[in-house]
Amino acid sequence: MREKILSIIERNSRIDLKELAVILGVEETDVVNEMAAMEKEGIICGYHTMIDWEKTSVEKVTALIEVRVTPQRGQGFDNIAERIYKYPEVNSVYLISGGYDLLVTLEGKSLKEVSAFVSDKLSALDTVLSTATHFILKKYKDHGTILAKKYEDEREKITP
Amino acid sequence: MRNPLADKVVDIKPSGIRKFFDIVSEMEDAISLGVGEPDFDTPWHIRDEGIYSLEKGRTFYTSNAGLKDLKIEICNYMKRSQGIDYHYNDEVIVTVGGSEAIDIALRAMINDGEEVLIPQPSYVSYEPCAILANAVPVIIELKAENEFRLTAQELRDAITDKTKVLILPFPNNPTGAIMEKEDLERIAEVIIEKDIFVISDEIYAELTYKDKHVSIASLPGMRERTILINGFSKAYAMTGWRLGYACGPKEILNQMLKIHQFAIMCAPTTSQYAAVEALKNGDEDVRQMREAYNQRRRYLMYAFQEMGLECFEPFGAFYVFPCIKEFGMSSEEFADRFLREEKVAVVPGTAFGDCGEGFLRISYAYSLENLKIAIGKLKNFIERIRKEKGE
Repeated sequence: MREKILSIIERNSRIDLKELAVILGVEETDVVNEMAAMEKEGIICGYHTMIDWEKTSVEKVTALIEVRVTPQRGQGFDNIAERIYKYPEVNSVYLISGGYDLLVTLEGKSLKEVSAFVSDKLSALDTVLSTATHFILKKYKDHGTILAKKYEDEREKITP
Repeated sequence: MRNPLADKVVDIKPSGIRKFFDIVSEMEDAISLGVGEPDFDTPWHIRDEGIYSLEKGRTFYTSNAGLKDLKIEICNYMKRSQGIDYHYNDEVIVTVGGSEAIDIALRAMINDGEEVLIPQPSYVSYEPCAILANAVPVIIELKAENEFRLTAQELRDAITDKTKVLILPFPNNPTGAIMEKEDLERIAEVIIEKDIFVISDEIYAELTYKDKHVSIASLPGMRERTILINGFSKAYAMTGWRLGYACGPKEILNQMLKIHQFAIMCAPTTSQYAAVEALKNGDEDVRQMREAYNQRRRYLMYAFQEMGLECFEPFGAFYVFPCIKEFGMSSEEFADRFLREEKVAVVPGTAFGDCGEGFLRISYAYSLENLKIAIGKLKNFIERIRKEKGE
């Protein structure tokens, strides 16, 4: 049941719990208990909203920053990752296999603000060897949701 | 000038859905629950394979019965899903949708005046196809109290000396009814005893919400007297690709192949390449779509219960078939008023046979969000009629 609950609320966290129970064919109390347990266990970490900021008047830029760092003895990458993720402007930090070590995503008001963060804060960290900043120009799809195009039902309205 | 037309064709009634379709298409903002095809797009990896086959210039005919690779995959699928062994070389024909398979099976098996048993409510094409094959269609009216399953007694009562073929349309459009193994065993006994044949239309085989679908061809003694029809439209959301198939004993298939060969040549090549991918790597897509349909089905059953609308719980296809007899209107009147007053289109049960009177077909090949809006309107409508009647 857990996986089914998760796959539904991952797409629609506002679903009514009674309705969730109905479509899964289980009791509402079971859904409530299961959700509470998953919150407690840290499986459900939040109920966020997907926003296409492009459509608002708010100016925002998102950047992906590849960061190469020197791992520290006994700590690996955890320490340096923590130093980075504590900045509130940082959205996510992933340890990555391949040509660099950490992938940092960042939101700022402008290119200038993001550049300032990279040069003043990120690159200034002792263990950071190099950074490469990529700005996102357009989001086509995010979190499994297509932003670029609206779905239209083009089927014939009545078919046998 | 002489009459250019064949009486047989002129006498065929146009589909009951047609009239309704005309009204709906004029209404700009109508919400429809009247569609008999999946709301999902064909999974991308399957479409991609179709595109790739075009890029590679595979724009030729295939052999009449279909691509060898596809026939092999169909046989593999039949083996793993039903445990039936068909030989790819002479026991499978790839057709233009399940519809073509129904047509050529009837034409290959019927002599003039032989009777074909058609349980109704059911898909609109069986009766006309039987007539075009010079058969005499004999309707078996299925009953709500049997959850629209075909019983052995109903079958026995309909069989005469002239009966040749039974069309077995389960999981069923429009009722959503299924036939479980025990139901099939009971009718198989009659079929064998009376020495008749079966055209089993299993196009919704992958869409069942109880146990897995069982084909009548998998029962002892039934493989040799069954034409099993299936296809890609419903399971893989591939309606527009027009691809189905028939499996059965080669004595019958060889004759069906003649009709197919001369009337059709071969099924669309692009679709056949895409279908190979569907059967090889599409199980997970089917599972996900089935789960989504099942969630919607549960939602509808709950919503009907809440509004006190009588409906047996269907376990197949993507339709529910609620009873509207309490409102004192015919199915057509109900559907017509519902469309005009609430702008929601449903299909009157009578479009699928006279015994569909008193029922509506509601399709749940729509997103849960859209279903909720439409069901809200159904609730308003029903409450209004109940009030009218009460006054």
